[in-house]
Amino acid sequence: MSLELRNISRSFDGKQAVSNISFSAQPGEIIGILGTSGCGKSTLLRAISGLDSSYNGEIAINGNTTKEIRDTTGFIFQESRLFPWLTVLDNITFGLKGNKQDKIIRAKQYLEHVGLKECGELYPRQLSGGMAQRVAIARALVTSPEILLLDEPFSALDAFTKMQLQDLLLNIWKTYQSTIILVTHDIDEAIYLCNRIIILRGQPGKIDKEIEIKEPHPRDRGSKQLVEYKAKILDSLDLNKPSVKTS
Amino acid sequence: MAKHEGEIASSALVTNRTRGKKIRQVKTDFSGGKVIILGSVLPILLVIVWEILSRMGVFPAYQLPAPTTIIETIREMAQDGTLWTHIGVTTFRVFAGFALGTIVAIILGSFVGFYKKAEQIFDPMIQAFRSIPSLAWVPLFILWMGIGEPSKITMIAVGVFFPVYLNIVSGIMGVDRKLIEVGKMYGLNTFHLIRKVILPASLPSFLVGLRSGLGLGWMFVVAAELMGASQGLGYLLVLGQNTLSPEIIIASIILFAIIGKLSDWVLKLVEKRTLQWQDSLIKS
Repeated sequence: MSLELRNISRSFDGKQAVSNISFSAQPGEIIGILGTSGCGKSTLLRAISGLDSSYNGEIAINGNTTKEIRDTTGFIFQESRLFPWLTVLDNITFGLKGNKQDKIIRAKQYLEHVGLKECGELYPRQLSGGMAQRVAIARALVTSPEILLLDEPFSALDAFTKMQLQDLLLNIWKTYQSTIILVTHDIDEAIYLCNRIIILRGQPGKIDKEIEIKEPHPRDRGSKQLVEYKAKILDSLDLNKPSVKTS
Repeated sequence: MAKHEGEIASSALVTNRTRGKKIRQVKTDFSGGKVIILGSVLPILLVIVWEILSRMGVFPAYQLPAPTTIIETIREMAQDGTLWTHIGVTTFRVFAGFALGTIVAIILGSFVGFYKKAEQIFDPMIQAFRSIPSLAWVPLFILWMGIGEPSKITMIAVGVFFPVYLNIVSGIMGVDRKLIEVGKMYGLNTFHLIRKVILPASLPSFLVGLRSGLGLGWMFVVAAELMGASQGLGYLLVLGQNTLSPEIIIASIILFAIIGKLSDWVLKLVEKRTLQWQDSLIKS
């Protein structure tokens, strides 16, 4: 499933949030959109998802440029956004259509996949933050989306849970080979997960740089190559300079 | 899977915590029993003192009869069957008015909650009507519909309408936009969005409205029956006043208290059943 953005611009009340963004994603690619806050990363993702349709430009998924929500995309938000009145299992089957028995079997399979086999009958209030986000991941995956959109999905989690879930995401990606667009402000996360990182800068946000990360998965979080990539990204965000001065 | 062990351990922790909560709940239930005993000491004492003072003739019987006299009055009415008619008639009026008021509130409240245009059209007028003390309608309703059942039921329905309406509207308007977005992401159309996201999300507020509506319903049935009725607990109040028998008045008051509490308890049970997913259960 290929994704192509052509000259996407979006303004809110006359003020431009992003301008002239164009890029394309190959099937099965993990693309990271990295940038400081306020440069329009989430705006871009909402446009791709179809939740926001008041943008200029074209977004083509497999050549189709409709501005509506498509059932081939899944969205994982920063918060888990589970429905508090549904059990974990019902939350996962929420978006599924068809026979109830089949839905439950399918949901259980994905629940096991995210490591929460025993938790199907719990209510969201009984879950920890990491567990809730796992359920959200299962809920987004259960419809077999070909494009998975993630909006800072792990930013509210502690460092350890975050790493666990990043690995979980990679596992899932390996199994389902979906195209992933990951919005993040966490440089380490982007380097660890993505095949390509698109750096947005400025207000309105524009594409500043594209960095390809050729290291094969799984990657070593502490490896020299990744550190070099990090230095490169920090440089391009002008974040490396103060430390150079002081040292 | 080994990677998830930490998470699973933390999940075990969560279940342990809920188990702990359950144990604590059982404990509070025990202390709840104690609280009930503690809370009923004073009323029982007062009733005993009242009985003794009445028997001693401190309170004249034509003003404040002894508790036993009141119980005897209720028993007599129960025996000749009039008690059940009175209770039945009053309860019927409350529930008919409650149902009518609730249905109208649901229809109008949903419209106003869902459609901005409907809000702009209806809400200012409804808010204006709300500032009229509902009892002020009584003469008008009697003039329009006579002294029979329709005017009484309409009266009660008006009282029930406002709290239910207000809570439905604020419930629908307060639904988390983020949850609606999730529904949209799954391609739900407006109808399904309402049924699967907005209604369940606004249910807690709706139930609060129902309970306060029912409370007002009981208040208004007294008003309606005081205005003129030949049956019902409110009629007993008037009858007691006219025949100088305070025991009938007090008996009626006690019956009101019991039935009102019972009906509220039923609603509370419904609330507990349907809202078991909520973090903070009902405080009552």
